[in-house]
Amino acid sequence: MRFFVAFALTMAPVMAAAQSGVPPAALSDTQLPDPAAEARATALMQTLRCLVCQGQSIADSDADMAGDMRALVRRRIAAGERPEDIRAWLVQRYGDWVTYDPPLNAVTWPLWALPVLLLVIGAFVARGSFRRRGRGA
Amino acid sequence: MIAEFGLAALWLAAALSVLQLALSAFGLTGGRDALMAPVRSVAVVQGALTMLAFAALIALFVRVDLSVALVAANDHSQKPLLYRFAGTWGNHEGSMLLWVAVLGLAGAAVALLERRLPERTLVATLGAQAFIAIGFFAFLLFASNPFARLDPAPAEGLGLNPLLQDPGLAFHPPTLYFGYVGLSVAFSFAVGALVTRDVGPVFARAMRPWVLGAWIFLTLGITAGSYWAYYELGWGGWWFWDPVENASLMPWLAATALLHSVTVLATRDGLRAWTIMLAVVAFSMSMVGTFLVRSGILTSVHAFAVDPTRGGFILALLAIYIGGALALFALRVGTVREGQRFDAVSREGALVANNLLLSAILGVVLIGTLYPLAVEGLTGGKLSVGPPYFNAAAGPLALILVAMMGAGPLVRWRRDDGVAVLKRMALPILIAVVAFAAVWLRAPGIGVLPLLGLTVAAGAAVASVAPLWKRKLWRTPLFTYGMVVAHLGIAVALAGMASEAAFTQETLVAARPGETHRVGPWALRFDGVEPIAGENWTAIEGTLTVRRGDDAGYVMRPQARAFSAPPTETSEAAIRTVLDGQLYVVLGKADEQGRWQLRLWWKPYVTLIWLGGGLVALGGLLSLVGRVLRERRSRLVEQYA
Amino acid sequence: MTKAGVRWLLWVPLVAFLLFLGLVAGGLLRPADRTIVSRLVGQPMPAIALPAASASRPGLSANAGGARLVNVFASWCVPCAAEAPQLAALAKAGVPIDAIAIRDTRADVDRFLARYGNPYRSIGSDVDSRVQMALGSSGVPETFVVDGRGIIRAQKIGDIRPEDVAGLVAAVQALR
Repeated sequence: MRFFVAFALTMAPVMAAAQSGVPPAALSDTQLPDPAAEARATALMQTLRCLVCQGQSIADSDADMAGDMRALVRRRIAAGERPEDIRAWLVQRYGDWVTYDPPLNAVTWPLWALPVLLLVIGAFVARGSFRRRGRGA
Repeated sequence: MIAEFGLAALWLAAALSVLQLALSAFGLTGGRDALMAPVRSVAVVQGALTMLAFAALIALFVRVDLSVALVAANDHSQKPLLYRFAGTWGNHEGSMLLWVAVLGLAGAAVALLERRLPERTLVATLGAQAFIAIGFFAFLLFASNPFARLDPAPAEGLGLNPLLQDPGLAFHPPTLYFGYVGLSVAFSFAVGALVTRDVGPVFARAMRPWVLGAWIFLTLGITAGSYWAYYELGWGGWWFWDPVENASLMPWLAATALLHSVTVLATRDGLRAWTIMLAVVAFSMSMVGTFLVRSGILTSVHAFAVDPTRGGFILALLAIYIGGALALFALRVGTVREGQRFDAVSREGALVANNLLLSAILGVVLIGTLYPLAVEGLTGGKLSVGPPYFNAAAGPLALILVAMMGAGPLVRWRRDDGVAVLKRMALPILIAVVAFAAVWLRAPGIGVLPLLGLTVAAGAAVASVAPLWKRKLWRTPLFTYGMVVAHLGIAVALAGMASEAAFTQETLVAARPGETHRVGPWALRFDGVEPIAGENWTAIEGTLTVRRGDDAGYVMRPQARAFSAPPTETSEAAIRTVLDGQLYVVLGKADEQGRWQLRLWWKPYVTLIWLGGGLVALGGLLSLVGRVLRERRSRLVEQYA
Repeated sequence: MTKAGVRWLLWVPLVAFLLFLGLVAGGLLRPADRTIVSRLVGQPMPAIALPAASASRPGLSANAGGARLVNVFASWCVPCAAEAPQLAALAKAGVPIDAIAIRDTRADVDRFLARYGNPYRSIGSDVDSRVQMALGSSGVPETFVVDGRGIIRAQKIGDIRPEDVAGLVAAVQALR
C-alpha cells in the first residue's frame, strides 16, 4: 500500500527491520564515567552515519548496529583514542560515506569553499545596485 | 454520481485554464483588448470549479464511497471523522488535487481583488497562473485521476496508516501547500511583469501580500514540522539537516529574501531585476523541494512512498516552468528600466546585505544537499554531507545575518551615516557584550557557535524592539509592529537553538524500578513499567516521578509502542515543559537483568525555538494585516479625493 | 562592469538550472546504488579470533589459513536462511566457509543450524558487531572471498543466489 504524505516533514520511525533479540552492547546506551570523554564520544557519534538506517547519525538511531557503533566509539574513546583516529578507522573500512563531516580533499574543496565563494559572487552582483559616493544626486 | 461530478468539474476547470492562457496570450500579443476582457471572469470560474472538484473528493472520503479506488485504498469507515476528512489529502492524488484547488482559489482571488496593477500586467499574471495550472491539471487527469472508479467495490477500505493519524500531521501538508501556492502567485506576478516589462513599486505592492502570506504558512509549516520531529523521533533532536528538511527550508529562505527585496522595490523602486529573479527562485525552490521529496533520489530519514514516474513528471513541469521563466528573465530583464540606485550605508544597503546572506545560506543548503548526488554521478564515489558541514558553513552566515537583522531597521532609507548608526546600536551592542561575558564566565567550556549565538541573540532581541523606541506606540503602523515581532521571534529562536546546543544535559541509564537518577536539576524516580493497549497498538509504559528541589513531584509516562500493521516500533517520549526548558524522557529496552534503558534529557530553554518560530509567523500576520489595511485606506482616499 | 558583462551574467541562472536538471535527471534514470562496499577488498583480512557461536563448531582463530569464504550471518536474518542451500552447495564443492554470527545467542544459532543445515568450518560469535565493523561489513548476510595469502578478494553483499555458486567455487579454487 502506498502511503503518501505530501511535502510534509513526516518522519516515520525506524521500521522494525530485522533486529536481533540480543540486548544492546554494554556501552551503546551507557555513558562513560568521565564527562569530558563522554562529551567527546557524543560529539563524534553525532557526526557518524548509521550504516543500516539511511540518513540518521548513530547518535539518533534505534538500530542495533547503530548501538554497536556507539559502543565502539565509547570503548575506543575510553581507551584513550582520539575522535579523529576513530573516524579515520571507520572511513578506512566504510569510505567517506560513514562520516557526515566530509573530509577536505580534491572532491570536496568546492563544497567547503562554497560559503565564501557565494558571498564574493553575491557582493560582485550586488555592487551594481549601489550608488558611488560623491557622485550621487 | 459525486465522483463523476468531481471529474467533470476538474475537466471543465482544466479546459478553462487553457482558455485563460489562450485569451491572455493572444490578447497581449495581438493587441486585441477585447480578448483580455473576460480573463478575470474565466479565472474566477476556473477557481470555483477546482474547489468544487476538491469538495467532491472530500465528500467521497467523508461518506467513505468505496466504489472510488482512491477512497478504497486510503479510507476506512471506522476512522474518526477528522481523519476521514484529512485523509482526502493524505495520499498522492488527493494532495495534488488540493494543490490545484488552492492554486485555483489563489488565481480567483488575484482576479477579484487586484485593482492597482495595470490591466495588461494583470492579464499576463493570470495567463502565467493558468499555464502553471495546466501542467498540474494534466498531471492529475492523465497520470493520477483521483476519481477513478473501482469495480466491484470492496466491502471495506484499507485505511490510513495509523502513524499518520495525528492532528499535527493531518494539517501539516495543507500548510505547506498554501505556502507553495502563494509563491506560485508571486512567480506569476514576476512572469507577468517580465512579459509587459512593467516592474516597479505598483507591481511590488501587488505581489507583497502574496509573498507575506506564503511566508507565514511556510514559517508555520517548518516550525510545526520541527516540533513534530522533536517529540516523535525520541532522540531529542529538532533539526537533522536531512534532505527532506532542507527541501522545506529552501523555499522559506528564498521567500524571506524576496519579502525583503520586494520592500525595497515597493518603497524605493530599487532592486528590480533582483526581485524578479528571487520570485522565480522562490517558486522553483518549492518545486525543487517537492521533486526531491517525491522522487526519492536522495536518502532521507523521513519515509515517503517514492515513485520515479511521478518524480519524472514533476521534473518535466519544473523544467518547463522554471527553465522558461529563467530564459524569459535572461531575454527580457535587460530591457526593464534599471531601478533606483542607493548608498551602501542605507536601509536599502542593509536589505541588500540581508538578501546576499540569505541567498548564500540558500546556496549552501541547496548545494550541500545535492553534493553527494553530484559526486556520485561524476566520480562514482559516495560521501555524506550532514550537520557538521551545514552548521559550519551556514551557521556563521546565519549569525552575521541575525546581527544585520538587528541593525537594519535602525538605518535610514536612502542614505545614512555609519557613525550615527553605531550610536543608535550602542545599547544592543552593550547588551550583546554583557551576554557574551556572562555566558563565557558561567560556561567556560561552551562551543564557539552557541556562545556567539547567545551573544547575537541578546543583541538582536534588544535591537529588534528598538524601532519602537520614542515612538507614539498607538500611531505606529501595524506592519512596523509586524517587523518588530518577527525580528524578535528570530532572536528568540536563535537563543533557544544556542541554549539547546550548549546546555543540554543527558543521562543514559539502565534503571531498576525504585531507583532514582538525576539529570540536570531533576531527580527522577523510576517506579516501574506496565503493559497497556491502545486502539491499534500495544505498549510498555514506564512511570517516573520527577522532582526538582522540594516540589511535590510530577508523574511522567514514556511509552515504547508496537504497531502490528505495518509492524513498527516507536518511542513515545514523555515531555515535561516548565518555564525554563523541557525534561524529555524516553523508555528503551529491558536487559537480561530486568533493568530498563532510560534516556533522560534536560534541555534548558529549548521551547524558545518553536516559540520564536510562532512569533515570526505572528509578525508576518501583523504585517500582512497592516499592509492590507493601509492599501484599502489609500484606495478609499483616492476614490473620494 | 560593461553592458556586455551584465548581459552575460543574466544567463547564469538558466545555465545553473540546466546543470541541476541534468544532475537530477541522471539521478532519476540511474537510481543510486545504496550498498556500502567494504574498503578492505584488496587489503589483508584483519586477524580475528572469536569464541565459538555453536557447540557444533570451533570459533574463529586468528591464524585460519587457505583460500576460503567468510560468511557474515545471523539466526534472526531472513535472507540468511534463504542462502543456506547455496552455502551447502559451496561446502559440498569443497569450499571452506568460516562464519561470523552477528548479535546471536548459542541457542538461536544451534536452532538455526539444525533447521537450515551447517555448512561451516568454524563459527565465531560476534555479539557486539565488533568484528563485523572491523571487516567493513554493514549488514547480514555478506560473504567475503579470502585468498590463500589472507587477502580479501571480493565481497558479496546480500544473499548468495544459486547462480552465484559456480562463480564462487571457481574463485576460491583459483585463489588457493
